[in-house]
Order: sequence, then structure tokens, then C-alpha cells
Amino acid sequence: METLELGKIGLLIGFLLVIVGFWGILQQKNIIKIIVSFTILNTGINLVMVALGYIKGRTAPIIDDSVEQLANHNVINAIVDPVPQALVLTAIVIGFGVTSLLLAYAMKLFRAKKTLEINQFNDLKW
Amino acid sequence: MLRNFLIALVLASFGFIFLNLYNSYEPKTELTGIAAHYAENGASEVGAANLVTAVVVSYRSFDTLGEITILFLTAAIISFFLKLSNEDENKIIIHKGTSEILQTASQLLIPLIFLFGVYVFINGHLTPGGGFQGGAIIASGVVLAIMANPNMTINHTVIVWVESLSGVTVVIIGVLGIILGGGFLDSTLDGYGLGEFGTVFSAGTIPVIYSLVGLKVGAEISNILNKYQKSQKES
Repeated sequence: METLELGKIGLLIGFLLVIVGFWGILQQKNIIKIIVSFTILNTGINLVMVALGYIKGRTAPIIDDSVEQLANHNVINAIVDPVPQALVLTAIVIGFGVTSLLLAYAMKLFRAKKTLEINQFNDLKW
Repeated sequence: MLRNFLIALVLASFGFIFLNLYNSYEPKTELTGIAAHYAENGASEVGAANLVTAVVVSYRSFDTLGEITILFLTAAIISFFLKLSNEDENKIIIHKGTSEILQTASQLLIPLIFLFGVYVFINGHLTPGGGFQGGAIIASGVVLAIMANPNMTINHTVIVWVESLSGVTVVIIGVLGIILGGGFLDSTLDGYGLGEFGTVFSAGTIPVIYSLVGLKVGAEISNILNKYQKSQKES
């Protein structure tokens, strides 16, 4: 069996986490568990995005001595793609905002019915 | 039964899509397009050793301004959403004390955690990290403080002032970029130089902007935590 390179491992684990997150959102009954599943899904997507920017044998996009040793002062041949990492930073911040809103909503729901089981919230069900 | 079947169907179709994506994935072998430009000119144009910071705070700083706005909006919506009535606000709940170990450890650790957060955002242009990460570390210190002493109150006025002042200052520095630099939020101001590459005082206004972002994010997350803590008073 051929050895997987780091980028492909990241991609695989990311996709796996996305599927686990979707399973949790669809299957779990407890609202807190649904929120946790949401963050797992979020992490999976972030991991996929970072893995897409990976280039074999290169180092982090921070210019220091190690970069200069690696490619003879030629930065362009020594670092991985910095753009997906910058975009993931944005995605993490937005994920944080959404998660905290979800938690506030869960608190309000618990105050209303004294339970977190999603089956109990059937006011709009017909 | 039908529900389980449908869930399995959804997951299987996602798995199918992802498998196709995975099989058709070809690893990159070199930087292309905009990334190559950033790698080649980032050090000379922006002067930040950490190219991710160069992208986040200089090339795409408008994006970062949007991020700060989103965090601010989140904090505002949560404040509005978890608003307490006047009588709940004045109610005093005495929580049970926490363990001696947690209290003693928190006294030692909280200043160190704050210091580490400040270190992370001041060195955001040199080492991994930056304003958002540093702010989150500072907020984790606040979490520890609340857990060690559930009866503590966070000073709301200080948080609001830190948040508003740092937010306004970021925008003022951005406007300064129009006057002295190439455009809104340009980190290189003409006539001031970039400083020596790889030192703390380098990369134009990036360390200033990122420190302010760090303070703002720390204050905002602490504000959200404060709201969560206070909403325990709600009856």
C-alpha cells in the first residue's frame, strides 16, 4: 500500500469529520449535542480547506531561517499556500460567532421548557 | 425507521460526493496566481514575516474589518437576546464555592494566560498567532476566572470602553492609510518605513492593528461570557 501524503490525510479526516457532524446534526436529540456536532462539521470543513493548500515537503508560510535554508533564499519554493490559511482564520471566527449564538438560543429554549430534548419542542409541528 | 433510512441516504450521498472529490484531488506542486505574488512580494511590500498575517491584515484587511464587525454583531445580538428584566438584574444569587485547588491555581495561572495572550497578539506578524488567537486566549483566562469564582462580576463599563476604543482606532488607522498610504487600511504608511524585517517594530501598522484587534476580540468574548453568566439570574 502506498503511503498517504499529509495533504491527502488531512483531506480524508476533514471529509470524515464533515460526515460525522452531519450525522450528529440529523440523529442527535439533545440540543447541546447538535451544537457540538455543528462545531465538528465546522472543524472538518476548515481542515479540508487547510489541506487543500498543502504542498509536499514545504514549511509554514512564516519567513525565517528555516525557510531560507530550505530553498536558498527563494521563498516561493519553500512555503505552503498562505491564502487558504488566511481564509480559514475568517471561517473560524464566523464559526465562533454562530456557535455562541446557538448556545444563547439553547439557553432560551431551556428556560422555556426546562428540557433540551428537541422532540419536546413541537409547537410548530402539525 | 424511515427517518434512519433517510439519514443513512443523506450521509451516503455526502460520502459519495466526497469520495469523488478525494479521488479527483491532485496535490499542488507549486504556488500559483495570487499566492505566488504574496510569497514573492510579501516580505518587501508588507514587511511581515508571517505571510498569513500579511494576507489577513494587509492584503485582505477589509475582510478582517468585516470579521470584527461580525464578532461585534454577535455580541450585540446576544446582549439583546439574553437581556434581563430589571428585577432579575438586581437579584443576587450566591453560588456554591469551588474547590481550593481551582481557586489557588487560577490566581497563579490567570495573569500568565493574559500575558501569553498579549504576547501572541503583539508578535502576530512574526510568529504563528495574531489578534483573534490572542483575544481568544485572553477570554479563556476570563473563563477560568469565572469557573474558579462563580460569584465574580465582570466590569461591564471597562469591557465596553476597551471594545469601542480599539474598534474606532482600527478604523482611524485605516483612514490614515488613505491619507499617508495607498488606500483604506493600507499597512504601509509613506515616509515611515517598514522597520527592520523580523523585529517587533516592523511591518508598518500591522502590529498596532493586530494588537487592537486582539484587545477588541478579548473584550467581545468576555462580554459574551458575561452575558451567559448573568443569564443564570433569569427566573
